[in-house]
Amino acid sequence: MLLFVEQLLNGLQLGIMLFLMSAGLTLVFGIMQVINLAHGSFYMIGAYVGATVTAQTGSFVLGCLAALPAAAVAGMAVEILVLRRLYKKDHLDQVLATFGLIMFFNELTRIVWGRQPLFMDVPAWLAGSIELIPGVPYPSYRIAVIAVGILVCVLLYLLFTRTRIGMQIRAGASNREMAGALGVNIRLLYTLVFGLGTLLAGLAGVMAGPILAVESGMGESILILTFVVIVIGGIGSIRGALVGALLVGLVDTLGRAFLPLLLRMFFSPAYADGVAASLASMSVYLLMAAVLVCRPRGLLPAHG
Amino acid sequence: MQTIDPLVGGGKRSVSRRTLAIAGGALLLLALPMLTAMLDEPYLVTLFSRILIYALAAVSLDLMLGFGGMVSLGHAAFFGVGAYVVCILSAHGFEGTPVLTRPFTVGGHESALVLWPLAVLLAAMAAAVIGALSLRTSGMHFIMITLAFAQMIYYFFVSLEAYGGDDGMSLFTRNTMPGIDLADDRQFYYLCLAALAAFLFFAHRLVNSRFGMVIRGCKENERRMKSLGFPTFRYRLVCFVIAGAGAGLAGALITNQTEYVSPGLMHWTRSGEILVMVLLGGMGTLFGPVLGAAALLLMEELLSIYTEHWMVYLGPFLILVVLFAKRGIYGWIAGGNGNHG
Repeated sequence: MLLFVEQLLNGLQLGIMLFLMSAGLTLVFGIMQVINLAHGSFYMIGAYVGATVTAQTGSFVLGCLAALPAAAVAGMAVEILVLRRLYKKDHLDQVLATFGLIMFFNELTRIVWGRQPLFMDVPAWLAGSIELIPGVPYPSYRIAVIAVGILVCVLLYLLFTRTRIGMQIRAGASNREMAGALGVNIRLLYTLVFGLGTLLAGLAGVMAGPILAVESGMGESILILTFVVIVIGGIGSIRGALVGALLVGLVDTLGRAFLPLLLRMFFSPAYADGVAASLASMSVYLLMAAVLVCRPRGLLPAHG
Repeated sequence: MQTIDPLVGGGKRSVSRRTLAIAGGALLLLALPMLTAMLDEPYLVTLFSRILIYALAAVSLDLMLGFGGMVSLGHAAFFGVGAYVVCILSAHGFEGTPVLTRPFTVGGHESALVLWPLAVLLAAMAAAVIGALSLRTSGMHFIMITLAFAQMIYYFFVSLEAYGGDDGMSLFTRNTMPGIDLADDRQFYYLCLAALAAFLFFAHRLVNSRFGMVIRGCKENERRMKSLGFPTFRYRLVCFVIAGAGAGLAGALITNQTEYVSPGLMHWTRSGEILVMVLLGGMGTLFGPVLGAAALLLMEELLSIYTEHWMVYLGPFLILVVLFAKRGIYGWIAGGNGNHG
């Protein structure tokens, strides 16, 4: 039971990370109709800038505050320099150009920061653990990550439903030409949406810093999971991204933790561990396949 | 030069730029081992074997991408499946242990004549399953789903501890084939060339057949093909499976070439590289991907002589190619719109 609650929270925390990544990316896919493989690069930029500033100043908060604008500015620059030219092209061109961006950013971080991974320490004031439920101590840092994720969720909801810019984004998503004709500056709007997406990716990156190693290419493993989340949730749907992210986070974490125990009831331990390891690493993709068979457009499709 | 007998095609005009380019390329590839022996650079034979193998994978991808309009970002999965099938069965054949004991006993093998068709078959079966699921969708979904399934296979092999897991496994010796010594680099090179030529011939026949016309029609306008009464899903699936089988054959060859396999073979960046080869050479042409594979791998070789960080140049170069040079190298050499099989 104790283990179960702990793993449940771990799954929730992974889900929150995935939500931060996929919320921005699903908007880029849904609104701009552009497939962006380089989203993981902004996650990486956030992590690297955060780690560097934290190491220099000794303050994790300053690291976070530096990582967010760095990721957002890098994102907007990429949108203006490269992606803007790709909106009218087909998906294949977008895939290749953003693939080129990944190569560039991965190698650039190797040049600037070297091949050795950086390690970030959990800030001292979050280093302990809290007993949320009596008898189940859980690291406060991970609880903070979950709290930040929930906060971002609420802020995004308010942004989209209560503000003028949110209304314009929704208008641009459902009919680009009409929104443009009514006086919305679509080009600027796209740049802002892209910047918002990369800002969230940078936030996920800097928060992942103390949990994972900060290294070149770290964005790719989470990028693929983000794609799975978006496919499960439905392209362009933020609610779908939330549901998909939590599902993927929980299935992945719980699968890794409990499949070996489950299979040991039926097979010899060595065999069970081998099969469970394979099954657990494939579980989220099997989940995606199942969703595809039942609902090819995702669980909560954006339009209709 | 006008009097050279056209080796390929024999179209209406006697010698076109395209025929010359193809004949020249074929001659160069045939004479390459002699040339490298004269230059005393035996390493080049190995490099060009690699190029031919990747060319085979790229041509197979172009069948579905350039002709069928299916943008798959998971093609390396089938490449890797072919490679692993050969390596795992060879290892068991070498040790004399069975691969499977339940439900029935399957032994290992070391003969290429058994292993390579098996690699092709299993890659085709993987492609049939993945294709049947992914082709339910199209466009952006299709790209992401093929990518995700390829990563699933990648993680499957990463967690396969019995066969090396993350570190991969070595092939003890190259496979055996009657009459050919695969361990000899020059003979192996010619075998790769023959495999590529055979696949190109097959692909040429395929894209110009009725099947090929339907596939190309689906690319242009699937809804129209459907209303003409073609079961487009089945046609596309067969195309997907053929492409997967081609990649499986390339995988079987690469295992023998490097004598080593690892999950890295099917990492999604590998799929991206194969895609880049197709686009660089010229999408929707058969010889374009061959040129693209040669260009990309040679560029990697050359740039890595000068700098360890060659990717920082290759990335922006790729973006420029996408933005400004859509026709690819083949379109540039062969002239015209480069858009013929």
